[in-house]
Amino acid sequence: MTRRSFYTTLINLIGGLIATAAAIPAAIYLIGKPKRPITRDWIEVADLTQLQIGEPAEIVYNRERLDGWRKIDEKTTTWLVRTNEDSVVAYDPACTHLGCAYHWDTTAKLFECPCHGSSFALDGKVTAGPAPRALDRYAAKIEGQKVLIGPNQKESA
Amino acid sequence: MFRAALSWIEDRTGLVSAIRHFLDEDIPASAGWHQVLGSVAVFAFLLQVFTGFLLALNYAPTPGEAWDSLRYIVTQVTAGSIMRAMHHWGASLMIVVVGLHMAQTFLWGTYKKPREATWIAGVVLLLLTLAFGLSGYLLTWDNRAYWGTMVTTRIMSLAPGGSFLLRVLGAEGGSIGRVAFARFYSAHVTLLPLAMLGLIVLHVFLVRKHGVAPAPGDELLPKKKFFPEQVFKDTIAIFAWCVVLALMVALVKVPLGRLADPTDTSYVPRPEWYFLFLFQALKVFQGPLEVVGAVVLPGLAVAFLVVLPFIDRGTAVRIRQRTAAICSTCAAALLWTGLTATAVATTPRQIEEDGATEAQSWQKIPAAQLAGIDVLRHQNCGNCHTPGRSTAAPDLTTAIIPKDRDAAWLMDHFKNLSSPQAKAVMALVGNRTADVLDAWRTAPDDVTRGAMVFQANGCSDCHALNGVGAKVGPTLNGLRLRHDRKWVEAHFADPDKLSPGSEMPPYVFNAQDLNNITTYLLSIPK
Repeated sequence: MTRRSFYTTLINLIGGLIATAAAIPAAIYLIGKPKRPITRDWIEVADLTQLQIGEPAEIVYNRERLDGWRKIDEKTTTWLVRTNEDSVVAYDPACTHLGCAYHWDTTAKLFECPCHGSSFALDGKVTAGPAPRALDRYAAKIEGQKVLIGPNQKESA
Repeated sequence: MFRAALSWIEDRTGLVSAIRHFLDEDIPASAGWHQVLGSVAVFAFLLQVFTGFLLALNYAPTPGEAWDSLRYIVTQVTAGSIMRAMHHWGASLMIVVVGLHMAQTFLWGTYKKPREATWIAGVVLLLLTLAFGLSGYLLTWDNRAYWGTMVTTRIMSLAPGGSFLLRVLGAEGGSIGRVAFARFYSAHVTLLPLAMLGLIVLHVFLVRKHGVAPAPGDELLPKKKFFPEQVFKDTIAIFAWCVVLALMVALVKVPLGRLADPTDTSYVPRPEWYFLFLFQALKVFQGPLEVVGAVVLPGLAVAFLVVLPFIDRGTAVRIRQRTAAICSTCAAALLWTGLTATAVATTPRQIEEDGATEAQSWQKIPAAQLAGIDVLRHQNCGNCHTPGRSTAAPDLTTAIIPKDRDAAWLMDHFKNLSSPQAKAVMALVGNRTADVLDAWRTAPDDVTRGAMVFQANGCSDCHALNGVGAKVGPTLNGLRLRHDRKWVEAHFADPDKLSPGSEMPPYVFNAQDLNNITTYLLSIPK
């Protein structure tokens, strides 16, 4: 081994070591998930009397959410479908294709997405268009006359 | 494969031969360890750019929110506190390296003709480094940042055209707010890095143009190449610098103080260590002379550095012949160390509340309520009044308290309760906030006992704590920042001895009570 190649090897080695030492914390910093208090709160969103069986209703409600370093109170929506006397389904209001907001077409009896023509049946199943899966749901329950929704089941899965 | 790729790149861009040309620079035979500092400084700067970029990904550059987001970085983001410590200590260590680089250049006399421009560019680079420190200091938006920057801008206002300078900085009239913050941030992340990069390129270009300065008698010896021997030495030096940085990141905690509070009258601002000498020098110059210490002397020092190559035109560069340079470097170093040490010694040691940890619920509620919790715990009340359950007796955490129930009723009802105990219970059930309910479950026993001692002795007749109590004596929040356990315990026994003129009567407690009340008082944050 020549003097030159000896030095070159050491330079590469130590240089690589320094680069790795800087890159590892940086990668962890970038990729790591922030620690955050888990909120599994049920939010009251509607009164049962507002809902007709088989008739979806778009419900606007407020929820608290941790947005980075801030706890924010934001207005958001969900589609509620009362399936029978004592059960309710709550859909995430975003189309499963690319996240556009869909709406209920009262004549076609379908949820229709304006972006790329996906449509979903009352039970959330895809009936047309590029949507890859049925509508995402929130956990939902009825307590007395109140409808409560919980975490998005797509996220908690 | 690798060679083919390299030759493709060389063909299309010429980068390979450009780098080779750069590395093949001729350097004098005497070049060696004393010339590694410039490379370390460049590396330090690049690392600051890297960590700064990463921090900015989770940072909101507005007052108030800046602190929130920084707290998020150091408490929630994985490796966030490491990243922040790297940026913080990296800045300090960069200043060390830049300072050493300048001292080396000065001692070896390498600023002389024809290298005057290289030297001046270096002086400007030093100033830019300090400007980085100054602007970055505000960006944490804790008390330190706020008050430190306040003082700095007031000093600037003493300079001729100072009020104009303050207007440019968005700190008109010396107030630090949103506009000043935006400008400090903008300077810190756009203007200064660009200026720094441009000047580093110029500086290195000038070094290349004139060649690395040879030691005397070296001019005629055959030249060496920059690569690989000197590059190796540079790499080792950079590695050593990184080891020091890693140790500091691992061992020295970077403080995040409490959110900047413009109404905090007890805060004693102290600048970062590299500005302490200036802070101390200012104390020597009082009244109308203040401007001398604040502006004239620092201005002269910078001016001296700039014109140095034109004053010192002697040809002597042999270090042994540079007695004046050695003496003045030593004098400057001594003066700097002396001023810095004096500043450290004379500023009261400020133990700052850690802004990154949230206070516990029991640290936030009034002493009387905490004492109430103590009564319930130690008078066997919980046997029947079970929190969370309403069976044998009402659940006191939720039960509606009838209007006619007061401390007198309670004492009459139970016979064994003292008046302070009964009042404590009434205080507790009278205002059951979320913090109180949480404290009910979580407060450690020694602090509830301490709170009971506090309550039984009527401490709140003179002292305020967590917003309750008279203000005859000093407020007890943040007592731990002012005194230690020994002092507090001794003070109970003989207040007048430790605070001459104090109106507080002596209190003699048994050992356990003394221990508990002291623990309690020292646990309440500011």
